Amino acid sequence: MSELFDMPSDLQHSYLGLVMLHLREALLPVLFGLLVALPLAQLCVRLRWLYPPVLWITTVLYAIPSLAFFVILIDYTGQSELTVMIPLGVYSLVVLVPAIVDAVRSVPQETLAAATAMGFGPVRRYVQVQLPIAAPAIIAGLRVASVSSISLVSVGMLIGNQGALGNLLNSGMIYNQERLIWLSVVGTAVLAILVDAALIGVRILLTPWMPRGTRKNTPTLTAKAAAR
Amino acid sequence: MIRIDSVTKRYPDGTVAVDRLSLEIPDRSITVLVGPSGCGKTTTLRMINRMVEPTEGTITLDGVDIMKQPVNTLRRSMGYVIQNAGLFQHRTIIDNIATVPRMLGWGKDKARARAGELMERVGLDSALAKRYPYQLSGGQQQRVGVARALAADPPVLLMDEPFSAVDPIVRKGLQDELLRIQEELGKTIVFVTHDIDEAVKLGTMVAVMRTGGHLAQFAPPAELLTDPADAFVEDFLGADRGIRRLSFFPSAGLELLTAPIVAVDATAEQIAARATGDAPYLLVTDLDGKPLGWAEPGELTAGEIRQDQLLACGRPFVAGKESLRAALDCAVLSPTGWAVAVDGEGRAAGVVSQQTIGEAIRGAHAERRADGKTDGKKDSRDSKGSKKDGTTEKAAR
Repeated sequence: MSELFDMPSDLQHSYLGLVMLHLREALLPVLFGLLVALPLAQLCVRLRWLYPPVLWITTVLYAIPSLAFFVILIDYTGQSELTVMIPLGVYSLVVLVPAIVDAVRSVPQETLAAATAMGFGPVRRYVQVQLPIAAPAIIAGLRVASVSSISLVSVGMLIGNQGALGNLLNSGMIYNQERLIWLSVVGTAVLAILVDAALIGVRILLTPWMPRGTRKNTPTLTAKAAAR
Repeated sequence: MIRIDSVTKRYPDGTVAVDRLSLEIPDRSITVLVGPSGCGKTTTLRMINRMVEPTEGTITLDGVDIMKQPVNTLRRSMGYVIQNAGLFQHRTIIDNIATVPRMLGWGKDKARARAGELMERVGLDSALAKRYPYQLSGGQQQRVGVARALAADPPVLLMDEPFSAVDPIVRKGLQDELLRIQEELGKTIVFVTHDIDEAVKLGTMVAVMRTGGHLAQFAPPAELLTDPADAFVEDFLGADRGIRRLSFFPSAGLELLTAPIVAVDATAEQIAARATGDAPYLLVTDLDGKPLGWAEPGELTAGEIRQDQLLACGRPFVAGKESLRAALDCAVLSPTGWAVAVDGEGRAAGVVSQQTIGEAIRGAHAERRADGKTDGKKDSRDSKGSKKDGTTEKAAR
């Protein structure tokens, strides 16, 4: 059984080590993307004119192939994990910014008016009302960003073996070992599914206030409809 | 007292939402702002808690300019109820209600205890405390909205079309509940609606506004119905304002006939004695005295009166308690043209014809006119007078 997970020594990692590396390389950029996207999205909500150009820029950045990114970055960050993670973080913005903007905007007007009328200042209103109500849609955005990031990490193999499970795929092809290819492909898919499931779990924990059976990506609308 | 003094709200694009509005909102009573959409009623309401800031003019609360107070302190001293309730969907009912007390620094237990009290006050089952808003009906959510606004016991309550998104039966319940709560608490309530019936029902004073943010008339509802200031107000009140105005006349003075009433077990002599000719029909009651229906005296055979032979008597009115409007409505709907009056227990108290009700209405009008000479009428003249001068329309109360 243990032979099944034996790794070629040039990978310098056990299978579990590769999985953990893959997770780190995929999820740290998404976390970074979230930290950038939250204030950026809030700016876009406050200043409406800012949203279209921000959307345009994130889309253009997403259109840049990762190889091109690597070529530029390699002069600065070398053949490191960082060179893989920076493009992934940038890519996550194309999903996260619109998800957060739409989520925050979809908080019902009367809820916001009621909060203002009760004496909530802008910061308190954002943290205590808008963000919690937007949380399910933000998590929906995180799910897409995480899964896409997990699949994209493999490309890192092209720059000095920074592709984690992607490197395994490469080794499988070089050594002509089908076992390694399966371990890489199935491992990546299972990882994506598990992360997705974990995020669903987080959302369920965070939103006991959502109507059961209608937990969808547009929670505020369905919640409102059900409440009527 | 809230005093709005020649307040104008002009938006950067030049739109004038409210135009030199002056109103004195009396303490501890319900003042209704009513008008078609775009008349500036919601803007006016939102200027009171500074969610909209006036371009010109001043608003004072108990003599203090509201612009001179910290905005969030001002808002926390005013309860606010909005259409669709605007509840925090991510918080339980009890935490929704406890929001303002918590912000004011109350401890969690104290705030929740207070919220529990308020749930009871607005007629919510305490079992709902741990539920979330989506689990409540629209009417229940609106009650939570009212409880949340009352939580920190603010002297002022601002209500922005709070009941317009619920169905008519629920709305009537909420209106009655508001009147009951107001009787207990005596808040200064400013209530915005586009529904003139709601305005007339709830308002101690009603301000009718017209498109462009002008005040058309500010008067108690009865005066509004009697003496609309102009064609706009008259039109807004609707074609049946004469009938609706009857709601303000009590039926207590109506002369009820008790002669043409017989019990279902009446003898031939009793039937003959009751058929005095005052009324063309006799009202038959059951043994308890509750009305069963109408019949002509000749159609009744003692001992053989069956309900299916009788003309239905329809809905009766409660003598003395309900208004002349209810009495007239009963008479108009009755197949005989006579209304049946009942006492509090539903037993027949007498019958009355459309003609008698008509005389009572004329009598009541004459009485109002005589009263109007001294007080109310003068006020409305003043308000009309100042309008002609081109100055702001002042309400005299």
